[in-house]
Amino acid sequence: MDKKRYVYAILFAFLFIIAISGNTSGEEKEQTRASLKKPGHNLPEFVVPPPPLSEGIFPCSQCHADMEPNPTRRELTFHTEISKGFNHAKEQRWCLDCHNPDDRDKLRLASGKLISFEESEYLCGQCHGTIFRDWKYGIHGKRTGYWNGKKVYRLCVHCHYPHWPKFQPIKPLPPPEKPSNIKYRKLSDDEIPRNPIGDIQ
Amino acid sequence: MKNNEKKRILTKPISRRELLKGSAFGLASLAIPIGKVDASFWEAFFQKHFREMNRDEVKAVIARLEKEYYKKYNKNFNIKTTEAIPGTLFGYGLDLSRCIGCRRCVYACVRENNQSRDPQIHWITVLRFKKGEKWVNDLERAEKYYYPEEVPEEGYFYMPVQCQQCENPPCVKVCPTQATWKEPDGIVVVDYNWCIGCRYCMAACPYGARRFNWAEPRIAREELNTNVHYLGNRPRYKGVVEKCTFCIQRTRGNPGRYPACVEICPVGARKFGNLLDPKSEIRYIIENKRVFRLKEDLNTQPKFFYFFAT
Repeated sequence: MDKKRYVYAILFAFLFIIAISGNTSGEEKEQTRASLKKPGHNLPEFVVPPPPLSEGIFPCSQCHADMEPNPTRRELTFHTEISKGFNHAKEQRWCLDCHNPDDRDKLRLASGKLISFEESEYLCGQCHGTIFRDWKYGIHGKRTGYWNGKKVYRLCVHCHYPHWPKFQPIKPLPPPEKPSNIKYRKLSDDEIPRNPIGDIQ
Repeated sequence: MKNNEKKRILTKPISRRELLKGSAFGLASLAIPIGKVDASFWEAFFQKHFREMNRDEVKAVIARLEKEYYKKYNKNFNIKTTEAIPGTLFGYGLDLSRCIGCRRCVYACVRENNQSRDPQIHWITVLRFKKGEKWVNDLERAEKYYYPEEVPEEGYFYMPVQCQQCENPPCVKVCPTQATWKEPDGIVVVDYNWCIGCRYCMAACPYGARRFNWAEPRIAREELNTNVHYLGNRPRYKGVVEKCTFCIQRTRGNPGRYPACVEICPVGARKFGNLLDPKSEIRYIIENKRVFRLKEDLNTQPKFFYFFAT
């Protein structure tokens, strides 16, 4: 009887650990950027959501760990849509200028310093310095949260796909009704036009 | 003899005083709305000006309105009367080099602020200009009905216009009932229970930012936003004027949220903050970017700053 209880206790502890580890990896990790704060800077307090990594593609090491890095410019046989659509100073740049050849799950700055995909703004900031500065102060990019409290920033890659970063055109919402189209009408509840945008959170 | 007397009384001329008295009573009785004699009607009729009410009176008005709204929309409304936070003066920034004219802001505003869907009311108008043509001095030539497959379009740029929350608001000056005024945090508000619908303010506004409810506003029940402010997005009546309030129901808070248009903008062209806080985004914009205000020569002193981040 005692032995059985012991086994149960171990089993329970094991399940508990799995549950905890599963929970932390599944949770959306929001990072604060304390390292950006230098004395003399009036940077607001903000958090950054994790980057939109492609499922099944990341971590890169699952395929690249055993592959020999090949720096030559070429038509890729696997990431074909990237090599075809690549349009980000394409004459000056190729994969390994940003992706670290030895540990593919990291990005590499020009200085040789390795950074994670969660803090890719440092990589973009190497060339786009003025934009990076505006981003830090909350001027460039979308902001949510509180005007007098914690703000939620977005990483560069949330809006700009890094391999062709130009903001993609979108369909506009309908124009206002022209005065000539306004008619007096009595609508039932079902006939009232619905708004194209839902609740704003 | 008897008969004669009767005749005399009947033909007795009515004096001037009696006639006036009688007709005054008669007219007064006509003015009493027979069908609406419940207490709430008279409470609404004798409601004091919002800024002259004490706390208890405001509470009573809110309770009455919540009851009225429940009756009308079959939904529980939470009507806030949050006061301005001391030391705040709200300012807005709009980056014209980023705006792509997608109108997300227009409809986010409609949803958040309970604008009428039919007849349609939009607080934000997005203007489209041809690059290189006459521009801020000639808003008449702007196009607001553009509707291409995709935006931004080659050769055009976009400028959303809404209430500029002037420090020197002409609309407030002309209101005959003081139903619109500037709050201590700089937001120009309208009391829909005091507005008589004369539309003087609409004529006075140089930005075309005010809208009139020509008919009973209609909103689908499931789309009503029940989190409202008395001076902001609570449901309006037929015959009153309304306008942007910098989402007073969201921004007045500690911590206070951003206006709906700021949160929806997909390119992050819209910025909002406290002009009195040197660390705010809006102060950074004013101090570091090329900024202008619309129709500055009119001395309306808008707190809405257009800028170019690039």
